[in-house]
Amino acid sequence: MSAPVAIIPRSQNPKGRLQTEPAAVRWLLIAIALAFLTLFLALPLAAVFSQAFEKGLSVYLTALQEPDTLSSIKLTLITAALTVPLNLFFGVTAAWAIAKFSFPGKNLLITLIDLPFSVSPVISGLIYVLIFGLQGWIGPWLQAHDIKIVFAVPGIILATIFVTFPFVARELIPLMEAQGKDEEEAALVLGASGLQTFFRVTLPNIKWGIIYGVILCNARTMGEFGAVSVVSGHIRGMTNTVPLHVEILYNEYNYTAAFAVASLLAFLALITLAVKSVAEWKVRLQLGNE
Amino acid sequence: MKTGFIANLLTAAFLTTSLAQGADITLLNVSYDPTRELYADFNNVFAAYWKGKTGDKVTIRQSHGGSGKQARAVIDGLEADVITLALAYDIDAIATKGQIKPGWQKELPHNSAPYTSTIVFLVRKGNPKKIKNWDDLVKPGVSVITPNPKTSGGARWNYLAAWAFALHQPGGNDAKAKEFVIKLLKNVPVLDSGARGSTNTFVQRGLGDVLLAWENEAFLALNELGPDKFDVVTPSESILAEPPVTVVDRVADKRGTRKVAEEYLKYLYTDEGQKIAAKHYYRPINTKIPTKLAKVKLYTIDKAFGGWQKAQKTHFADGGTFDQIYDVKK
Repeated sequence: MSAPVAIIPRSQNPKGRLQTEPAAVRWLLIAIALAFLTLFLALPLAAVFSQAFEKGLSVYLTALQEPDTLSSIKLTLITAALTVPLNLFFGVTAAWAIAKFSFPGKNLLITLIDLPFSVSPVISGLIYVLIFGLQGWIGPWLQAHDIKIVFAVPGIILATIFVTFPFVARELIPLMEAQGKDEEEAALVLGASGLQTFFRVTLPNIKWGIIYGVILCNARTMGEFGAVSVVSGHIRGMTNTVPLHVEILYNEYNYTAAFAVASLLAFLALITLAVKSVAEWKVRLQLGNE
Repeated sequence: MKTGFIANLLTAAFLTTSLAQGADITLLNVSYDPTRELYADFNNVFAAYWKGKTGDKVTIRQSHGGSGKQARAVIDGLEADVITLALAYDIDAIATKGQIKPGWQKELPHNSAPYTSTIVFLVRKGNPKKIKNWDDLVKPGVSVITPNPKTSGGARWNYLAAWAFALHQPGGNDAKAKEFVIKLLKNVPVLDSGARGSTNTFVQRGLGDVLLAWENEAFLALNELGPDKFDVVTPSESILAEPPVTVVDRVADKRGTRKVAEEYLKYLYTDEGQKIAAKHYYRPINTKIPTKLAKVKLYTIDKAFGGWQKAQKTHFADGGTFDQIYDVKK
């Protein structure tokens, strides 16, 4: 399988390694990277905030207190509150199974976990319409029992879970594989039960990896547009998540409000980035201490 | 706290349909893009009227999007009590799935279209390219913004309006009309997927010399984004757009909202409803209601193209004239 994502053990990356490239090449590379970052990250971010605050702080705050906006924030929080714990549970279970045991079909499982990364989010949404929609496989049955999946909150949550489920597992698998299973084996030999081993040995070792995965999963959950757009039905004040609401406001020529709501997502991104850096650093420390 | 959260969640998730009993009613109006402001206004007025008449509190929820996309969502189970789309063809699509009774278009007066609209031009202030009529759009160097007729209801009206204009010229026939539309599409630099997308392209991104738009969209853009930046040009003739409305029988019967849903649509035909339509630059069908819109020679789809079913098949189905033209353009 592919190498660990963004986690490089310190031992492979010693600070004082030999520099072979001439200084000019190094500076050129750094300049290109910086220019790229400015153009594609810093400028849009600045644009979001300058547009959001264009008409002043009070307009900004009023825009955020509009009932439809509040309801979209609430829906996004509900979605995250369900999606993230479920994918945390799934991710830890899957990573544990894959990293610590060998069993038939292991590679297939890894491939399946990666599937949502390679499928377009629109398709991810569409499959739920095709299954649960009125013309879909079990749509008529759901309809007869008055259960709403698509064009309602359950559909939004389902689509979000699908899109975000690789995040936790994908972070943990390389970490747990790198750590090996020596410590667990020692614990078991010393008489610990399976659960005790997990909670006392495995979990503390992967703590920062979990946080890293959860924060990425949460960021994607709250920011997901494509899949959610397909299953939402776009009912104002009911099935619009924050990203969908941004689009609606923009389409209504309500640019200040659109950018005000978008700035919430930008804040989320900044916080994510900060927590992610800390987690990455801690993971590296954990691996470095081995 | 926790039970409150779960209760909230359950309510949001499953109980949206069961609010019909008692005095608290919700309706879902699934509509197309340009009616946002119209219905935001109308829903409040209707809610007040209904409260006064019956004592019931009615909350109308809105969903907006491309007309074809919205029809598709209702077909797939979006629980719209009423549907207010850009063209009858899209409602027919829902009817063929058995969710709306056949003959729905005769249920309300005037082919179930309480207001009409037409296609006009939005140009840059002072009209620097001197665009007055349809034939100015095919001149070299004129850049025209219109959405993609495959996905946008409004774009289909634009396309047919241009076609009909060429047809109505002396010596006009289908071959000449096609040639005219080919020339027109050669002047289109970008086809957005929906009417609002095109408006944003023209207005925000500053692309193009002229935007083909719904009359109400053109005036809305003018008012919202600056009368000092744009002018509306009404051509000598244009197409009569009749955006129809109807109750979705499957949903209304299931939720028991038929009565209020029907009254809601009927209220569009009252003087009050017609005034709101006029205020948002739709053309009221009640000619006694004053309107600020310019008089223009309008013709219907039925008269010019033999109805939507036929127009759709000839022009926009796979292999229709739009596909043929787009291949030529490439």
